[in-house]
Amino acid sequence: MTAGLNNYLVLSAVLFSIGLYGALSRKNAVVVLMCVEIMLNAANLSLVAFSRFVTPVALSGQTVAIFSITAAAAEVAVGLAVVIALYRQRGTVDVNDINLLKW
Amino acid sequence: MGINIAFWVLAVLAATGALAVVSARSLFRTALGLVLCFLSIAGLFFTLSADFLGIVQVLIYVGAIAVLLIMAIMLTRDVEKGNLPSTLKIPALVSGLAFAGLSVWVMLNTSWQVSSEAPTTPTASTLGNLLFDQGGLVLGVEIAAMLLLAALIGAISAAREK
Amino acid sequence: MSTAFLLPATIAPDWPGNFWWHLLIMTVLLIAVLMISVIMFIWLERRVIARFQARVGPNRAGPFGLLQSFADVIKILTKEDIIPALADKPLFWIAPAMAFVPVLMILAVIPLSDGLQLADINVGVVYISAVSAITAIGIFMSGMSSNNKYSLIGAMREIAQLISFEIPMLLALAGLVMASSSMSISGVIGAQTIPFALTQPLAFVVFVIALLAEINRTPFDLVEADSELTAGFNTEYSGMKFAVLYLTEYSEAVVGSILISTFFLGGWRGPFLPGIIWLVIKMLASFFVILWIRSTIPRFRIDQSMKLAWKTLLPLAMFNLFIMAVKTVFAPGLTNWVAVPVYLAITAVIIIYWARFMRPGRQSVGI
Repeated sequence: MTAGLNNYLVLSAVLFSIGLYGALSRKNAVVVLMCVEIMLNAANLSLVAFSRFVTPVALSGQTVAIFSITAAAAEVAVGLAVVIALYRQRGTVDVNDINLLKW
Repeated sequence: MGINIAFWVLAVLAATGALAVVSARSLFRTALGLVLCFLSIAGLFFTLSADFLGIVQVLIYVGAIAVLLIMAIMLTRDVEKGNLPSTLKIPALVSGLAFAGLSVWVMLNTSWQVSSEAPTTPTASTLGNLLFDQGGLVLGVEIAAMLLLAALIGAISAAREK
Repeated sequence: MSTAFLLPATIAPDWPGNFWWHLLIMTVLLIAVLMISVIMFIWLERRVIARFQARVGPNRAGPFGLLQSFADVIKILTKEDIIPALADKPLFWIAPAMAFVPVLMILAVIPLSDGLQLADINVGVVYISAVSAITAIGIFMSGMSSNNKYSLIGAMREIAQLISFEIPMLLALAGLVMASSSMSISGVIGAQTIPFALTQPLAFVVFVIALLAEINRTPFDLVEADSELTAGFNTEYSGMKFAVLYLTEYSEAVVGSILISTFFLGGWRGPFLPGIIWLVIKMLASFFVILWIRSTIPRFRIDQSMKLAWKTLLPLAMFNLFIMAVKTVFAPGLTNWVAVPVYLAITAVIIIYWARFMRPGRQSVGI
């Protein structure tokens, strides 16, 4: 079976859903961040797939993917800093226990 | 032909890695599943003839983001508790499956304008021109740089011991 | 054809059987070169360090002790292969391979002589930095799957050193890319009519220090600091798996000296002699300097190592990038020998001034 645009899109949807399930159902905040990264990766995959199959010469999809990777790097740095600050304050990274927006 | 085999192998590996992230008991295995997922997606980028992005994927996601996440797992010392599910397991499963079904249905029922042109390779110089040339996305690059700087300062000030 | 970007356009077509023969022969050649260099480097390290310490070193097996490494290999392979009962067995098995394979992958883009190269990919510099990070993941896996405190601390230090020293290294390489206006390794070598060690001495210093940390050589060998962590990440390893980890360590040293010679000393370029001889000479010189540093400077503490990365190397790499940017914009043609003393003077001033901020032994940060 030839791998076309639809194969990549379905794979991207599957990865995104796995990430979504993980982000909603895991207790550990670091694992939640990992699942968010999987979701961003799935989005990147579909961007690059569109770039390959819809605009193979102009590469506009890949340009957007570069910005998306930049945003992901910034997000994970700030996210982990917040997780570590929370761990210092509360001694836990369980998202069920971090339910008050105050300290 | 080779490309198709590569796609299926890498797709299975990426899905395995992602499933390992959400289901492995040990937090370290979770992190290594994440690395596997990122590496397979880099391989998928190569099958899409996006060579520069594939290498950037390895550099940023495996070399920086996965490593930072491993560091955070070690610093927060919740390792012995493992990777537990919260009380929202069933609703999360339902919403994940619903999203998967919905998006797959939409994707398969849209007629994409697939172009049959040969893709640009190598991509690095084309991407460089798109980003930095006149009429390119220089403003976006500058904003991304400011975003990174802000994230850097924010991360330092949030994680600093007071 | 998706593999098109792998092909050196100049080499592939005239080989019979398209490029597959090229890939096969070059792969075999690179593995052979790596294995021979590793065996020679182990012997060289033991002999040279012995000279530095006014000892003789191994001199019994074969002429000058040249067969010592073979004897060691036979000894290691006949040891019992022990896996700790509580180890994470699959990861414990994969980890050595995961650490070793990326080192081989780096060699794939390095020209041993003019055009003698497995793949001249157009983003070689980024590729090398990307792939070298995977080795650290392999070392982390070996430390963490052993289920041993010392191994885990070693693995944690490896990760901390990786994220700290990767950044100055990349920034130093960015200066090279700017000066040679190419990201392929052959492009970087082609731009070195004057070696980059002279036109970008600041990047050279930063790169060598960061590289020492990435390959865990002595001032930064906290990952396996014998006196505190028994053997760090490879404490629990024995037999063949230990042999592969040991091989990884020395392959990193070999590839590290090749990288120093390729990026900063002009690679295979040089007068009179054939390219590969020049590369070997430069490799040996770089490795000798690495050994010299090893026998001179005691090991850093982890907080000193982190401080060096973030407070000294990172700003120095930024300075280098800034100088190169100014040079590229205002004096693009300025790469002749007259400018070299200027670069050296600027470097000396910046390093001497900046060194005042780096005073080891003041305060400590635990990790």
